[in-house]
Amino acid sequence: MMTLRGLREFCIEKAIFLCGVAAVVFVLLIFTFLMREGFSLFFKIPMTELLAGTHWYPISDPPRFGILPLILGSLVVTVGATVLAVPVGVASALYIAEVAPAGIRDVMKAGIEMLAAIPSVVIGFIGMVTLVPFVKRLFGLPTGLTALSGSIMLGFMAMPTIVSIAEDAIAAVPTEYKQGALALGATRWQMLYRVVLHAASPGILAAVMLGIGRVIGETMAVMMITGNAAVIPESFLAPVRTMTATIAAEMGETVKGSLHYQALFAIGIVLFSITFVVNLVADIFLHKIKR
Amino acid sequence: MNNTQIVDESPVTLFGPIAIPGKQEPVSKTAQTCTDPEVLREKPVLEIEHFDLWYGTTQALFDVTMPIPSGKVTALIGPSGCGKSTLIRSVNRLNDLIDGVRYAGDMRLNGDTIYSPRVDVIELRKRMGMVFQKSNPFPMSIYENVIYSLRIDGENRKNVLDETVERCLKSAALWDEAKDRLDESALELSGGQQQRLCIARAIAADPEVLLMDEPCSALDPIATAKVEELIFSLRGEYTVLIVTHNMQQAARVSDFTAFMYLGRLLEYGPTKTLFVNPSLKQTEDYMTGRFG
Repeated sequence: MMTLRGLREFCIEKAIFLCGVAAVVFVLLIFTFLMREGFSLFFKIPMTELLAGTHWYPISDPPRFGILPLILGSLVVTVGATVLAVPVGVASALYIAEVAPAGIRDVMKAGIEMLAAIPSVVIGFIGMVTLVPFVKRLFGLPTGLTALSGSIMLGFMAMPTIVSIAEDAIAAVPTEYKQGALALGATRWQMLYRVVLHAASPGILAAVMLGIGRVIGETMAVMMITGNAAVIPESFLAPVRTMTATIAAEMGETVKGSLHYQALFAIGIVLFSITFVVNLVADIFLHKIKR
Repeated sequence: MNNTQIVDESPVTLFGPIAIPGKQEPVSKTAQTCTDPEVLREKPVLEIEHFDLWYGTTQALFDVTMPIPSGKVTALIGPSGCGKSTLIRSVNRLNDLIDGVRYAGDMRLNGDTIYSPRVDVIELRKRMGMVFQKSNPFPMSIYENVIYSLRIDGENRKNVLDETVERCLKSAALWDEAKDRLDESALELSGGQQQRLCIARAIAADPEVLLMDEPCSALDPIATAKVEELIFSLRGEYTVLIVTHNMQQAARVSDFTAFMYLGRLLEYGPTKTLFVNPSLKQTEDYMTGRFG
């Protein structure tokens, strides 16, 4: 016979358990839903045509669902944003954690957190009215809505993630390492470069991966400033359309259950797979370094 | 950072007037009152002269004058908080990193002043090695750890690096255990091996003095014995200044011992003399475990 106290313990334990597994359950549910809605498309359209097709004409007759331009669009913007944000972000983290005097450190940390608080639509808007005309004039382009503009603005959005996580990793490097390096006659930069960055590399890698995750999943800002032309980008100065922007822009116009609707879910599956692989690779790499 | 020369006031000392052959400079008052003449007969590598140190407004070191003899092992003992770690960390100016530290007096390494605004601290630190309380091999391979000081000087010749690794690991009695795993992470070594690796790393640049800040305090007795054996074997080739809270350790490894108390150097002499026949009551009380 269960006592009242025993019952209470039992209920609390189960409630905590449910909350604990909820996150996992949600991921599985989302994945199942994505699969249910989009997977049947893979039977209707050959995989090669879908993934390697160079034309995305979902409402022409006959429609063509080649998502390669979209994948490349996402890739170009992500690579651009990463190349811009990672060096600046890591250097900024290094400055905040190791170089800046206490007063400046607090101001900078607060500033970076503010950057994270700016809604992406505002970033997109600011990019649209400032960066886009600037890029247009600078390169003499017909339009400033390019992959480059998107990369720069997304770089700003990835920065807070990269800086704050990398800063934590750098600040967590044991003082013993720093003193050891200095005692051996290392300059401050040699100490930072060869010992501190080295010791913090797993954390920095995690920061970079989370930054990439943020960029690849970002929708609103890229939709506003990359031009949304679903063609294979020829350079950073060409307009591109990302997978996320495509889903967001077109979902409202599709009929539930139609081929177009399923194609958008298929894009969702591809996007999910890419982020999954990015995280997996980061995880494997992190464990490798830890050992 | 003054370089004041202290005029000999021919003081009366515990040991009577001291005649130091070949020593030009007058010996300070403190040095005479607490330092055994046998220490002063040795050729010093490092000379600590009237050194005071403040953390903010708290004075941690009071007028410490202490020559460190060349090729010998000198132990610094004393109760916790007596300033022995502060003193050793002042030698390679690691205390510079702490906010609000002020100094007076000077130290000289083979005649070159350590405390002067003109001193290149980086160059200075390259001339010394340091081993810390907690072993701190860098998270890289054993090989890269040993040659760290060469790498930062831009040395990339494979034969020089290989030779240094072998020489230093042999000197640190780690070669046999590590020679087949030089490319493995140094963090996979045991605690005692890590500490010997840190010693190997510290001697890679042929330091003029090797500073050890309680190098065995985090080790088990067997690892401690090995490190002590190593320190003992380094004498002659290297000058070692070691801080320890373990008096048996000081007795086992050192030629000379200095007893510090409340930021002052109270007694400094041959280890045997200090342990068998200390001249101060405080030293004797500490040695016999009556306080500390």
